[in-house]
Amino acid sequence: MKYSVNSVWENKDVYDIVVVGAGHAGCEAALASARLGFKTIMFTVSVDSIALMPCNPNIGGSSKGHLVREVDALGGEMGKIIDRTFIQSKMLNSSKGPAVHSLRAQADKAEYTKEMRRVLQNQKNLDIRQMEVTNILTEDGKITGIQTYSGAIYRCRAVILCTGTYLKARCIYGEVSMQTGPNGLQSANYLTDSLKSLGIKMYRFKTGTPARIDKNTIDFSKMEEQKGDNRIIPFSFTTDPEDVQIEQVSCWLTYTNEKTHEIIKNNLDRSPLFSGMIEGTGPRYCPSIEDKVVKFSDKNRHQVFIEPEGLNTTEMYIGGMSSSLPEDVQYAMYRSVPGLEHAKIVRNAYAIEYDCIDARQLKSTLEFKNIEGLFSGGQFNGSSGYEEAAAQGLIAGINAARKLQGKEGIVIDRSEGYIGVLIDDLVTKESHEPYRMMTSRAEYRLLLRQDNADLRLTKIGYEVGLIDEKRYKDLLKKENMIEEEIKRMEHTNIGTSDEVQKLLSSYESTPLVSGTTLADLIRRPELSYEALAPIDKERVVLPYDVKEQVEINIKYEGYIKRQKRQVEQFKKLENKKIPQNINYDDIQSLRIEAKQKLSQLCPESIGQASRISGVSPADISVLLVYLESYYKKN
Amino acid sequence: MKKDTIAAISTGMTNSGIGIVRISGDEAFKVIDRIYTGKEILSKADSHTIHYGYIKRNRDIIDEVLVTVMKAPKTFTGEDTVEINCHGGIFVIQKILETVLENGARTAEPGEFTKRAFLNGKMDLSQAEAVIDVIQSKNEYALKSSISQLKGSIRRKIEDIRKEILYHTAFIETALDDPEHISVDGYGERLRKTVEEIKIELKKLISSSDNGRIMKEGIQTVIVGKPNAGKSSLLNVLSGKERAIVTDIEGTTRDILEEQIQIQGLNLNIIDTAGIRDTEDIIEKMGVEKAKEYVKDADLVLYVADVSRSLDENDEKILNLVYNKKTIILLNKSDLESVITKQDMKEKINKIISKSISDGKDISSKIPMIDISAKEEQGIQEFEEILKKMFIKGNLSFNDEIYITNLRQKSALKEALKSLEKVTESIYKKMPEDFYSIDLMDAYEALGSITGETIGEDLINEIFSKFCMGK
Repeated sequence: MKYSVNSVWENKDVYDIVVVGAGHAGCEAALASARLGFKTIMFTVSVDSIALMPCNPNIGGSSKGHLVREVDALGGEMGKIIDRTFIQSKMLNSSKGPAVHSLRAQADKAEYTKEMRRVLQNQKNLDIRQMEVTNILTEDGKITGIQTYSGAIYRCRAVILCTGTYLKARCIYGEVSMQTGPNGLQSANYLTDSLKSLGIKMYRFKTGTPARIDKNTIDFSKMEEQKGDNRIIPFSFTTDPEDVQIEQVSCWLTYTNEKTHEIIKNNLDRSPLFSGMIEGTGPRYCPSIEDKVVKFSDKNRHQVFIEPEGLNTTEMYIGGMSSSLPEDVQYAMYRSVPGLEHAKIVRNAYAIEYDCIDARQLKSTLEFKNIEGLFSGGQFNGSSGYEEAAAQGLIAGINAARKLQGKEGIVIDRSEGYIGVLIDDLVTKESHEPYRMMTSRAEYRLLLRQDNADLRLTKIGYEVGLIDEKRYKDLLKKENMIEEEIKRMEHTNIGTSDEVQKLLSSYESTPLVSGTTLADLIRRPELSYEALAPIDKERVVLPYDVKEQVEINIKYEGYIKRQKRQVEQFKKLENKKIPQNINYDDIQSLRIEAKQKLSQLCPESIGQASRISGVSPADISVLLVYLESYYKKN
Repeated sequence: MKKDTIAAISTGMTNSGIGIVRISGDEAFKVIDRIYTGKEILSKADSHTIHYGYIKRNRDIIDEVLVTVMKAPKTFTGEDTVEINCHGGIFVIQKILETVLENGARTAEPGEFTKRAFLNGKMDLSQAEAVIDVIQSKNEYALKSSISQLKGSIRRKIEDIRKEILYHTAFIETALDDPEHISVDGYGERLRKTVEEIKIELKKLISSSDNGRIMKEGIQTVIVGKPNAGKSSLLNVLSGKERAIVTDIEGTTRDILEEQIQIQGLNLNIIDTAGIRDTEDIIEKMGVEKAKEYVKDADLVLYVADVSRSLDENDEKILNLVYNKKTIILLNKSDLESVITKQDMKEKINKIISKSISDGKDISSKIPMIDISAKEEQGIQEFEEILKKMFIKGNLSFNDEIYITNLRQKSALKEALKSLEKVTESIYKKMPEDFYSIDLMDAYEALGSITGETIGEDLINEIFSKFCMGK
C-alpha cells in the first residue's frame, strides 16, 4: 500500500516523547513519560478506543494478576483503574501455595476505557491526538520525530511504539476477510513499511476472539452460576480494601457437547485456519474451539464461560469458544450449547492477523538495539494480553524518560519480577507465537508473589520517580514491621502448658514434648499465624498485609531460602556484563552455532547469553575466560 | 561465576603409584574436616603443610592418606585447596572422591580447575587462549563420552522417567495456569504412587552405577586384521556365553560390531572392525576408514593375523597403524599349516619401524604375540593371562574421563532422587501442589544432565501439547 502526501508541514509544538498507540501499553507508557516530566503526545487511530479491551472482559488471572500488581508497585495505572471499574473479583488458586495465588477481576469494559481516558486527559504534560502515524524519522540511527498520515511532522527525542494488533491488521471468519483492526476499528497500514526500511525484522502473528451474545437471549437456568469472592482484595496497593467490597455480577458456566463438535468437524474445510487463508502464527495457549476439537478429540466436552462485558451492555463474552468459522457455522455451534439454544449474536467471533516484531531486536530496556531513542511495548513486541502489554508499556515509558534524563535504563531481572521474566524471554528467546505470561516461566516464583510485589518493586518505582514520598515511607514502615514480627516469632518460646496442648489438639496437631518457638509452630502445615493468637500473649494488632508476609516467610522459609541461594548464583552471571563491541568471530574456541547466535543477539550479560538456545555451558566458560582477559587488556 | 567447592581426581585412573583427589573452593576445608581423622583438625592447620591420617566414609576407614592443606591465595586455583594423596588403586580413589562429593563438594566441570586458576588471576594473560582451548576440548570430549558411553537401555530408562516427570509437572502447571478449566485437587495421592515407582527405578540405576554398569565403562578394545583373518570368530569365542557377559549395544554401525565382555574381572568394550585392505569398494572403504579411527582412540588393539597366509602389504598397513599402540598380536589359525612364525612378524615390525624411526630399537619384542586358534579355542587362556598382566602393571588403563563422567552421572541420579524425596515429603505434609512441581522440575533437570539435554521450553511445550487450556 503506497501513498504520497503533498502537504508535508512541521508541527511546531514541542514534544520530548511520542507514544504511538493508546492501548494498555500505550497508556502506561504515556503516563510514565508525562509523569516523569516529559512533554508527551499519544497518537491513536481512534480516541474512542483508548484502553480498549477487544477480547476478554477481565484483568488479571494466573500470573497476569502478578503483572498487574507489579505494574502498580512501580507506579503504573492499570491496578488503580480496574479497582474502580470491576464488577466481579476472584483470587484464583487460593487453595494452593501463595506463589500461585492470582487476582482476576471482571471489568466493565466501557467504564475501564472511560476511567483510563479521564486519567490521561487530566495528566499534565500529556496530549492525546487522533491520527495514524505512518513514518518514523531518524538521523544517523537516532530518533528525530514521526510523520502522520496527514503529512504533519512532529519532532521528538524518543518514540515508543505500542501499536498492538493494528499494523496491517486483517480480521477473518469463514471466507470473510476485512482490513480492519479489532472491533472493526481502522487498521494502521503504513507504519510497517517505514519500520522495515529502518531494518527492523517483522513477524506476522494471529490471535482470535469469541462471539458476543445478547444476554436477553441466554437461558441461564441451564448453566452453573459462578460468583465472585466474598471478601474482595484490590489490585492496587493504594486502594483501601473497604472501597472495593461492592455488589458483584455473576459469570456462568456451560459446556460444549458432541453435537457442537460434530458441527465444527463437519465444517472444518470452511475454516480459514485449515484452508490456509490465515498465514499468521496463533497462540497455543489460547486455541480456537475448532483447534481444541481437532487437537483434543478425546474430550467430549469443553467448558464455556459466559462473562458479562459490563453493567450497561447486554453483551456477554463466550469464553472458551473463540473461532474463525463462517458466520452460519458460528450460529449453529453456539446454539448447540445448553442455555444458548436461542442465542443471538451481537458480534461475530473472528481471527485477527497483524504485524509485530521479533523482539530480540530490543535491549532489555525495550529500546531498539540499532535505533537510539526508539522503544516499544505490548503486542507489537510479540506478546499477548492486556497485562503483559501494560507491563512493557510502563517499562518502555520509564526507560524512554530515563534516556532523556541521561540515566541508565531500568531493567527488572528474572529474580525481581514477572515483568523481568516477561521482558527477558521476549528479548532473548525466539518465539513463533504471541507470548503469554505463565507462572511456570518464572524460575523463582516462590519469591515473585503477588502479595509482595510492593516489597520487591516499590523502591525502584520511588527511585524512578513514579512513587511519592508517602507511599515510600509507608513501605519502609511495613518492611520494618514484618521484620520485627518475624524476629519476635522466632524468639518467642512456647512451653508445654495445658493451654498450648489444648490448642494444638483442637487443630489435630501433635502435642509438644518440649518447648518450642511460635515460628516452629507456624511451620506446621495445620497451623497458621492467626491460629496461634490465643497462646501468643504479647501479640499486637498488625495490618493484614503484614501478618500475611510474616506467615508466608516463616511457613515456607526452607523453600524461600533455597530460591534465594539460586538467585545469588543467578545474579553473579547477570552482573557479568558483556561489552557490546565484542567480535565473537575472534573467539576461536566458541562453537560456530554459539558464535552466530551471540553475534546476532549481542547479549548484555553472561546470564543472558546463557539463556540463548544454542549456547552451551562450555561456550559460557569460554566466554568468561575471554572476557576476563578482555578486561585485563583494556 | 560459581564459587562453590569442586573436586576431581587429578591423577590418571591407573592402578599404580599414588592417586590424588583435589578439592578447591570456599568449603574445601569444611569438606575435609568432615571426612578426615588424624592428629589435627585440618581447617586449623597451617597453610602448605602435609598431614598423615585416614579418610572415613560413615565410620569405615577407606584409606590411609597424606593430605596437603593449602590456603588461598597461594594455590593453583587461587582458592582454598586440599589434596588427598591416597594409594593408587582405582577402587580406593573412586571411593574417596565419592566421599568428598557426599560431603559438600561437586564434581569439577571439565577444565574447571584451570578456568578458576585463570579467573582468579593465577595465570598469565597470554595463557588465556590455551585455557579456553582446554575448556572447550575437554568439554567436547566429556560430552561426547557421556552421551556415547551411556548404555542404550539406561538412556531409554532415563528418558522414560523424564517423560513421566514432565507429564505430571505439566499437568500441575496447567491446572495452576488455568484453574478454572483444570483442577489439581487431590492430585498428590496419584503423584505419590508415581513418584514412589520412579524412586525405585532411580535407586536401581544408582546401585547399578556402583557396579559400573551405567557406562560402557571399560577398556576400549579394537580388533583389527585382514579380511578373513578370523576376527569375528575371535570375538565369538571371547564373548561365548559360558565365560562372558554379553550386552547388546545400540548405535553400532552396520560395519562395526561392538560387544561388552568381562575377562578376568576386567571390562572390555570390544569393537570388531571391517578387514583392512586396499579397496575400491566405497562401502568397504568407509568401514576401513572407520576402523582406522577406532584404532586411534583405542586403549588396546588386538591384531589378528592369519598364519596360513603370508604377510603382505595389507599387514604392513595394519602394523603401521598399531605398533605404537598397546597391542597384542594374535597369530590365528594355529590349527592349520603355518606359513609365518612369530619371528617373521617381529622382522616385519622392525622393518616398518626402522622406516619411520631412525634409531629403531627392538620394539617388536615389547609387543606380546600369542599363537591361537579361534576355531579350536586354543591359546585363549594365555591371551587372558597376558591381558591381566598388562593391566596390573599399569600398561593398560581406563579412560579416566569416562570414569569421571560416570561419577557425574551418578551424582545427577542421586540429586534427582533427593528432589523426588522432597516431593514425597511435600505430599506427606500436604503442601500445596505448586510445591511439588518445583522439586519435580529439579529432578527433571538433573536427569537431563545425564542424557545431555537441557530444559529449554520443554515444560511449556508439554503443557500446550498435552493439555487443553482455556480461552
